[in-house]
Amino acid sequence: MEIIEFIKEPWAWYVAGPLVGLTVPALLILGNKNFGISANLRHACAVCLPANISFFSYNWKKEIWNMFFVLGILIGGIVTFSLLSNPNPIVINGHFRTELATYGITNINGILPAGIFSWESLFTLKGFLIMVVGGFMIGFGSRYAGGCTSGHAISGLSNLQLPSLIATCCFFVGGLIMANFILPYILLL
Amino acid sequence: MKNKDQNKDFETRSLDTVCINESHLKHQWYHNIKYLIVGLLFGIVFIKAEIISWYRIQEMFRFQSFHMYGVIGSAVMVGIISVFLIKKFNIKTIYGEKIEFHDKKFNKGQIIGGLIFGSGWALTGACPGPIFAQIGTGATVTIVPLFFAIVGTWVYGYFRNKLPH
Repeated sequence: MEIIEFIKEPWAWYVAGPLVGLTVPALLILGNKNFGISANLRHACAVCLPANISFFSYNWKKEIWNMFFVLGILIGGIVTFSLLSNPNPIVINGHFRTELATYGITNINGILPAGIFSWESLFTLKGFLIMVVGGFMIGFGSRYAGGCTSGHAISGLSNLQLPSLIATCCFFVGGLIMANFILPYILLL
Repeated sequence: MKNKDQNKDFETRSLDTVCINESHLKHQWYHNIKYLIVGLLFGIVFIKAEIISWYRIQEMFRFQSFHMYGVIGSAVMVGIISVFLIKKFNIKTIYGEKIEFHDKKFNKGQIIGGLIFGSGWALTGACPGPIFAQIGTGATVTIVPLFFAIVGTWVYGYFRNKLPH
């Protein structure tokens, strides 16, 4: 039982990071596959609505392994949530917690602030900007950049690719500007 | 003729370098289950290390916590060492194929798209992998950012030829 108790605690970065890194050689050795999750968004377009757009007109069945991979992530989410969940509230930096309270975010149980990520808030301006516009930017931006955190920051950097380093730096610059200078105003809405 | 079609298909898919590492072998569909298992383990790590938490992403961009830097930094270190070892010892796949690496080409998209992606990451607190794990944890509303990420990808594909690259 002690092992289960240990697993239920949040894992430290030096446990989780190397495990994430091992995904790169695991996928390569299992079948010459390159770790890159945002490609699935493109495959979803190719499956559902290729609309004669050349970028989506390819044989997506050859990339079906990646859909199995994300299906695994989804199931991993369900398994962890139902069996291995941390029973304690998430530990947040004190300054950040104080700042969140000024936006009225005091319910910090769970992985997402329930006040923002809920079906009710979807129809408010705040919820729309965060979930709809934010989601759009993830999809548009990652494909424009040719990859996301997994494709560029992890597999690209693992293979010492300069374009991936440039992309990763831009991910961070974009995120820094949004989180520090724009998001606070959105949270006040 | 068939060969020509195949080449065109390969060219289209490789517009995106993520798509071109592929096995030349043909397998039954159930061979894909091994990727599902890797994904499952990966999803567990995502949640247990709170990588999928909106709060952790905000702390990272505000320099209020080392956690995410530690996760990404150590993941990259392990990745670099792994790729180095695969190249150095010419490690093959479990089917005995040579493991191929492809260089990524620089274009302006990595800057413009990168800035847009980073902003979306900070807003939603998720990148494309964690979104799937978030849905799994019962936060069903995160289907909405996923859906609009697919819409965003489609819109990119539609305007691709007009955008600066």
